[in-house]
Amino acid sequence: MKRQSPSTESSTESRTAQILLIALALAFLAFFLMLPLIAVFSEALKQGLAPFLDAVSNPDALSAIRLTLIIAAISVPLNMVFGLAASWAITKFSFPGKNLLLTLIDLPFSVSPVVSGLIFVLLFGAQGLLGPWLSAHGLKIIFAVPGIILATVFITFPFVARELIPLMMEQGKDDEEAALSLGASGWQTFWHVTLPNIRWGLLYGVLLCNARAMGEFGAVSVVSGHIRGETNTMPLHVEILYNEYDFVGAFAVASLLAALALVTLVLKTVLEWRFDLHSGARH
Amino acid sequence: MNAGTLNRRLFLSVAAAGALAVSLAGCSGGKSGNSVEITNVSYDPTRELYQAVNPAFAAYWKKKTGQDVTFRMSHGGSGKQSRAVIDGLEADVATLALAYDIDVIAEKAKLLPADWQKALPDNSSPYTSTIVFLVRKGNPKAIRDWNDLVKPGVQVITPNPKTSGGARWNFLAAWAYGRKAGGSDAAAEAYVKRLFAQVPVLDSGARGATTTFVERGIGDVLLAWENEALLAEKKLGAGKFEIVVPSISVLAEPPVAVIANNAKKHGTEAVSKAYLEYLYTPEAQVAIARNFYRPSDPKIAEQFAGQFPKLNLTTIDKDFGGWTKAQKTFFDDGGVFDRIYAKK
Repeated sequence: MKRQSPSTESSTESRTAQILLIALALAFLAFFLMLPLIAVFSEALKQGLAPFLDAVSNPDALSAIRLTLIIAAISVPLNMVFGLAASWAITKFSFPGKNLLLTLIDLPFSVSPVVSGLIFVLLFGAQGLLGPWLSAHGLKIIFAVPGIILATVFITFPFVARELIPLMMEQGKDDEEAALSLGASGWQTFWHVTLPNIRWGLLYGVLLCNARAMGEFGAVSVVSGHIRGETNTMPLHVEILYNEYDFVGAFAVASLLAALALVTLVLKTVLEWRFDLHSGARH
Repeated sequence: MNAGTLNRRLFLSVAAAGALAVSLAGCSGGKSGNSVEITNVSYDPTRELYQAVNPAFAAYWKKKTGQDVTFRMSHGGSGKQSRAVIDGLEADVATLALAYDIDVIAEKAKLLPADWQKALPDNSSPYTSTIVFLVRKGNPKAIRDWNDLVKPGVQVITPNPKTSGGARWNFLAAWAYGRKAGGSDAAAEAYVKRLFAQVPVLDSGARGATTTFVERGIGDVLLAWENEALLAEKKLGAGKFEIVVPSISVLAEPPVAVIANNAKKHGTEAVSKAYLEYLYTPEAQVAIARNFYRPSDPKIAEQFAGQFPKLNLTTIDKDFGGWTKAQKTFFDDGGVFDRIYAKK
């Protein structure tokens, strides 16, 4: 314990309150975050390492892992670009319909994922608006990988934009205007002025977007068709295994999903640390 | 290194990964070289059954034609699966819980002839089942027959008849009891209404309902496919559950059909047809019985007679005027189920 100058009545009280609050927060974290996480891993490893490895190296599980990574690898970069473009447009320019665009960006947050999935079935399903045309041209969207990608892109669209808009709003457009007046092209301004300013927000948005892209269940479930080894993503595969009473398998795949999320977090921390080092050195 | 270059590199590598992924994601399906692929869209509880039957058929087909056959399986509530096929899930064969769900595919999407059920023996049902009760060990609520289900304090678990085939058979079995006990359709409706007032949760498929009852421990009695009940009793919680066979139930005929237009498109007509015919062979019939479905082959049924108690079974065609009529009366929007469930 650190010895401090004689404390008054009120500061002891506030210290008690402080300790209580910290304890409360820690207890909450332990109960709602750590406990489930430990439960997932311990359930997965309950019968030892061998059944765990069997479960995650099963061809259906491998295909679910591959599909999930593919989905994330496509939808996250797309949404990074869309999100950047949208927040750029909204914060740096004023144009009619700007508020409408803002509202539309939030749409995927406010609509239930199941409804989002059904939108795509209504559009691209065999009985849907574009169904007959797609089928005549031999194109498969729904119950195939493109449908899952579309649904994921839709669901994860707001993450990057929502992260960037307040940030870019706050930064204003002074820096850009200065760059432009000094003769930089639009592209140069973006690359050398805007992007460095927003890189943390962007990274954070991309990480959130990625987490959701890999974890999305509802919308993907509607458009997937649940074909094993082909259109089952990891969350869908977890549900299937659970419903087959294969608990070790279900929790093994679930723990992989959790591990992917943890890796994302570690990656973020490492990047933050490296960037801090560099920016520190530059000053 | 400045932040700009780093971001650019990051961006380029991510974009490259994306492009690679797109090229990997190309779809496969149907026939290629000396191998063929069948998509079987099935209902919920048949997972274990087809896990047993598929490799056996693959070996049989390989021996017969030299061709390798692989399977794409999709499982879910029967009504939901039927909807998916209509919406474009390209099933070569559908093996669903009841005839109506395949009728709808024929009617709405015109993917197979309307008289599909005549294509194979026994109403195109290579296996049948019935609806029984699964109760907890020792039968603490003393459930012996349908009238015990509506006693105060008894919680009944059944999936949603709107999405689940099994639930529709459950409903009809309950109706058959209500009609027999009360002597009229009005009495049957009153009974079924009381029954559904005791249901705390409607899962979308039979497997979800079994999980609710077995794993989550909700409810006193599960109205279940006999095959689900036997699976739960023998494999999942050995010694934790008991099966109660009611005085009357329904003969459930889960039918199978080649979805003709899809099979034609994929060039899988011959193998799809052979696959379904294979289900009637003694070899497959034994696998069917081992997975707790009632075999349609009388000889195999005889061998497994101990597993399947004899009980009074009503049939959909004789007692309910066929599935089209039953569906319209009971389960379509504005039908009996909507009436009794909304007013509970």
